Amino acid sequence: MITGAKEKGLYLGVDIGSSSSKAVVINQSGIICGEGIVNLGTGSKGPQISVEKALEQAGIKRADIKKCVVTGYGRLLYEGADKQITEISCHAKGVKFLWPTASTIIDIGGQDAKVIRVSPNGIVENFVMNEKCAAGTGRFLEVMARVLDCKIGALSGLAARGTPGVVISNTCTVFAESEVISQLASGKSLEDVALGAHKSIAQRIAGLCNRIGIADSVVMTGGVALNLNVVTAIETEIRHPIIRLADPQAMGALGAAIYAKEMDEENNTNR
Amino acid sequence: MEHQKTSKQLLGELLDKHYADALQAKADGKPVAWSTSIAPQELLETMGIHVVYPENHAAAIGARKHAQEFINHSEGKGYSVDICSYARVNLAYMDIQQCEAANIPLPDLIFCCNNICNTVIKWYENIARELNVPMIFFDLPFNHAYEVSDQNVRYIKAQILEAIIRLEEITGQKFDYDRFGEVMRISSETSLWWKNASLLACAKPSPLNGFELFNYMATIVCMRGTKEGLELFKLWHDELKEKSERGIGPWKDAEEKYRVMWDGIACWPYLGDTYKVLKKYGINMVTSTYPDSWYIVYDENDLDGMARAYSSNYVNRNLDFGTDNIVNIVKDFRLDGIIYHSNRSCKLMDFRQFEVQRRVEEATGVPSVIFDGDQTDPRAFSLAQFETRIQALVEMMEARKKEWGVS
Repeated sequence: MITGAKEKGLYLGVDIGSSSSKAVVINQSGIICGEGIVNLGTGSKGPQISVEKALEQAGIKRADIKKCVVTGYGRLLYEGADKQITEISCHAKGVKFLWPTASTIIDIGGQDAKVIRVSPNGIVENFVMNEKCAAGTGRFLEVMARVLDCKIGALSGLAARGTPGVVISNTCTVFAESEVISQLASGKSLEDVALGAHKSIAQRIAGLCNRIGIADSVVMTGGVALNLNVVTAIETEIRHPIIRLADPQAMGALGAAIYAKEMDEENNTNR
Repeated sequence: MEHQKTSKQLLGELLDKHYADALQAKADGKPVAWSTSIAPQELLETMGIHVVYPENHAAAIGARKHAQEFINHSEGKGYSVDICSYARVNLAYMDIQQCEAANIPLPDLIFCCNNICNTVIKWYENIARELNVPMIFFDLPFNHAYEVSDQNVRYIKAQILEAIIRLEEITGQKFDYDRFGEVMRISSETSLWWKNASLLACAKPSPLNGFELFNYMATIVCMRGTKEGLELFKLWHDELKEKSERGIGPWKDAEEKYRVMWDGIACWPYLGDTYKVLKKYGINMVTSTYPDSWYIVYDENDLDGMARAYSSNYVNRNLDFGTDNIVNIVKDFRLDGIIYHSNRSCKLMDFRQFEVQRRVEEATGVPSVIFDGDQTDPRAFSLAQFETRIQALVEMMEARKKEWGVS
């Protein structure tokens, strides 16, 4: 990451999710100059704080931004962006920028899970999303973490110590919560139940992958990609290795920033 | 000179009259039938029996955002949330008999045809049993082969003939075969004009905003066998033709940027919301699977043709037919995309939707999205999630246009 204080063309991408807000500032070469990730989503101060953080890290002011694109669930409510683009296109854009051979993107955020198929030249060909339900999403993991009395960040480590065998069969998050409670009551360990919950998510995602068909390379983005144990569980279910980029949560915001840069370049060309 | 009515005015008047006539018939002690939406209404029209359509009525209640009260009532009675929401609305209406849409009289006769789904069998049986009225049932088997088999045609024709005998018994009147021939002719002609009108949307820009199809659908269901229905669709056709010849698109205040089809039933409680989201992005839903559903055309006095026509609607046909149907629509209407409504109520339509989507995409390359919703249950739809999918569809359609110059 470099400071953008002296840069002339700087672009901002903001990704407002249901449970977190992400902002990325890039320069004309597409290099990230600032980034802000806040665990507060749409309808909160999260978007504003994430942007402030990103600007601060880049050492710039809002006025230094030439173009801004907003994405995510809260995109339609955000004022001050030049354009709103869906998270589907933005994740594809961000991932393709960092990993040009990506063909399949698995993105699991707070309230949706999606699998996106991208053409070699970066066009979104098709995508599938979870049905109107929290199964297979970050929200499911948050509920599981609460029942297992562990922080969301510690869930991966907990499950990694588990032994396979516990099955969480309910797709409904509320029912799955009851199922976990009864598994714990019957003497199953926290570790084994956590592993079972991860397998349950992985199976849901594998179902989406099968629907759309996966092709090399498979890249995973979104907050849930921070949970290594879930990534491994999905790899097992889809029988395919998954590339996990260093900053999976910021991919949507990065893609949005790249769109902002492209918009500006297009404007200059047409001038 | 008297100002000529527009088809829209006529549509409203005819629907009002349709419901008023049924209520009046009941008040006069004449029999009223409740029928499924694609049933051989020709028999009832011939006998002069007023018929109303619970599916249409439930849709109208849904469109007036009044479905929840009925759904709650049905679920309170013990009907599962997993049952078709038209059924849940209608079964509650039987008890409540008062709604925001026009009211309908309770039936003296049930007319049920399973070419649209199998839920209707138990739903209509329940009505017949609870109200202790006769039910005439037409079993139109699902066509597992591509075409409707001759064996099925014979089986269905025999049921039509049997139904005539039962109608004579129930009403105590003789069936008038001359009148039957006339009704058959009118019904086929009305279907033809419905299809002709909807085909005008092939023009670019389309003179038709496809959400109007959802409105006019009410009359192709209710008034297919009547002269008034026929006149309405002729008038609608002529209006659209004139618009098309003058190069007028679907909206006065916006351009048609993308052309899509809508697979499945409308989301009635969110009709305006879904329409506005599409229009916001310049998407005109130029057609749907509706035009073909009521394209029930056969020759006058041709009972075999009639039997075949009633078994030919796409939901009663196999996967290959369902796929070809949409592939042809994509080509004929020069579509940029497809919106699939994964309708919680309609297991029959949803069952093969993923596979149809996959095959159609393979055959045409046209992008598509599936969204979750329901025909009348307002709880099964999220506007924000709908808009994300629609905007993503726009981005895919736009990228395709830019990349391959597809227009």
